[in-house]
Amino acid sequence: MAGRILEASGRGRTRAADFRDPQIEMAHGAGGKATRRLIETLVAPLLLEGERPLGDSAFVGVGGQQIAMTADTFVVRPLTFPGGSIGTLAVHGTVNDLAVSGALPTALLVTFVLEAGLPGPVLEAEVRAMGEAARAAGVEIVGGDTKVVEHGRADGMYVTTAGVGVRDPRASLSAAAVRPGDRVLLSGPIGDHGTTVLLARGQVSFDAELRSDTRSVWPLVDGLLTAAGAGVRWMRDPTRGGVATALHELAEDARLGVALHEEQVPVRDEVRGVCEILGLDPLHIANEGQFLAIVAPEYADRALSALRALPGGEAAAIIGDIRETPAAVVIAHSSYGTSRVVDMLVGDPLPRIC
Amino acid sequence: MRYVDEFRDPGLIRRAAEQIRRLAAVDRQFRIMEVCGGHTHAIYRFGLDELLPPNVELIHGPGCPVCVLPMGRVDAGLSLAVDHGVIFTSFGDVMRVPGRNGTPLQHMARGIDVRMVYSPLDALEIARREPDRHVVFFAIGFETTAPSTALTIARARDLGVANFSVLSNHVTILPAIKAVLDSPDMRIDGFIGPGHVSTVIGSRPYRFIASHYRKPVVVSGFEPLDLLHGIAMLLRQLREGRAEVENQYARVVPDDGNAPALRALDDVFELRTFFEWRGLGFISHSALKIRQRYAPWDAERRFDVPTIEVTDPVAAQCGEVLKGVLKPHQCKLFGTECTPERPVGALMVSSEGACAACFGRVDRGTAAPGAAAAGAL
Repeated sequence: MAGRILEASGRGRTRAADFRDPQIEMAHGAGGKATRRLIETLVAPLLLEGERPLGDSAFVGVGGQQIAMTADTFVVRPLTFPGGSIGTLAVHGTVNDLAVSGALPTALLVTFVLEAGLPGPVLEAEVRAMGEAARAAGVEIVGGDTKVVEHGRADGMYVTTAGVGVRDPRASLSAAAVRPGDRVLLSGPIGDHGTTVLLARGQVSFDAELRSDTRSVWPLVDGLLTAAGAGVRWMRDPTRGGVATALHELAEDARLGVALHEEQVPVRDEVRGVCEILGLDPLHIANEGQFLAIVAPEYADRALSALRALPGGEAAAIIGDIRETPAAVVIAHSSYGTSRVVDMLVGDPLPRIC
Repeated sequence: MRYVDEFRDPGLIRRAAEQIRRLAAVDRQFRIMEVCGGHTHAIYRFGLDELLPPNVELIHGPGCPVCVLPMGRVDAGLSLAVDHGVIFTSFGDVMRVPGRNGTPLQHMARGIDVRMVYSPLDALEIARREPDRHVVFFAIGFETTAPSTALTIARARDLGVANFSVLSNHVTILPAIKAVLDSPDMRIDGFIGPGHVSTVIGSRPYRFIASHYRKPVVVSGFEPLDLLHGIAMLLRQLREGRAEVENQYARVVPDDGNAPALRALDDVFELRTFFEWRGLGFISHSALKIRQRYAPWDAERRFDVPTIEVTDPVAAQCGEVLKGVLKPHQCKLFGTECTPERPVGALMVSSEGACAACFGRVDRGTAAPGAAAAGAL
């Protein structure tokens, strides 16, 4: 799944490196707490200068223009699954990181790490898929690199994409701009990608009509910025760690609370079913074609109607609001008056069987 | 979603909560233990405790298989992979349980062959696909999962798979309930009987709780309305001075249980004389070992599994929490040294564990999670 490196946002960048985990575990790549700790206590203190905010992309001033840069590495097993493949993910993941940063995706570099023994047709299919996805998303692939490692040293292939985009003048986004009373907008049903890949691994046998949601979210972001740009405060694509983790990061960065109305969160029946059976929470499942936006209350209605009017945005919903307290916490409210704290994912979601 | 949404209907939930308030409107405390970890998880997931009046108290019982698994058993299982090169397979639930040298996931990160499976049959399938390796299924769970382990062992025999064995940590629920009832600090008024276990053993085996200990039992399902209904049934019994075994989950639980599953259990397993329960200590006749006739598929017989006795961390008060003497947040380590990400005690590992389930529930105010949780004692 998508491997964000320098993305977990915000705090603690000025402190010295203080990473105490004795070794790297799978959890450090799962997008939750361990990933955040790795970045905040090791990578950011040693590599990043000053108070540069860490979002889905970094902005760099070049010749008077604000250029967005991002990179993402893709490690997924199996390489293909209903609705997509590692190639389409690699294009969409980076395009989406640019889009939710408020930048028009422009160009990509592509790096392949290939395992000796990978069948030529498999690679060709992925390269073709990347070309098609890039054309459909309106970005140009302008170069890249290829390395080959010995058989057994990689799961067929790993792909890294680096992207540049141009800051969209309609967007001014940051966690610091979020205010109590703002609304939480979600572009569509969650959990499709993570559950699809889980089933595609073939370890669980379910007959479910599921497809990954991998797609470029730029058309939806574009529509949202046109309709309500001045009211959009923050955006994020809830990939690894899901909606829960993305909103938790927002809550911590903004030092505000997020209140979710659980029954408003769109989840397909198939995804709910898989999650119920395996004891997973859809809020923790990865998405590759959705985004969250925090919108000022006076813009919320027009933002929602704009999304719903666009192809692929029909199921968009307002799923919650921002509150002053309790700060740095995401709380899901049920329709019958109870609530629960939605924590960040700890490691990968593991099915509960016994 | 059918069979789910009907049991989460907001209007009916409010009415059930109102009924509980009416039944509980007397000057006394009602202490109810939900035995099963699945119930604990559901109570926190749906926030059901928030719907109960203050004098109805839920106490989280010992029915979370991960939580009662002693650290030494995890070490014994992992030592087979480390020292004997077997493929260690188990459910996702086990993957984050800490042993002396780390969790199965941490072993995996070090290159030890640890694989997560969804069913013991998947582990058997790995053995068939990789005939040159030995595959051990690290079996955990109550009577809910034990039949599938039993059927897998029988299948391994039928198929003649020689490179597969099971390290059985299966436990049985009744001795654990009895241990709680016999505990000198016992203060429980009634039990929510485990739903999933009862699909296998039925509701009759709980009768001794009603007849001998005079405590009511209501076997319940896992949806909000199931649990609220079960609590209301218990309150009604307590109000009327009855102590009976009632079955709220009759749509799934037959009073006599599941005969083929019980036959499979009896065919493959017999009771151990003693087994160690994390937090509860040794309980006699509380666990299942593989019968002699299936010895070739018993990892304990094949590998001379070391009896590793590891005392649980002294400061962790898992036992008191398991018996309902302490609330999770009253443990000295809760939220500070022991968190879901870095569990010290097993109750913090599984989301069915009383501590992990309620970790987010202590009012954290505006401070950092750990500090505030501890500060709320």
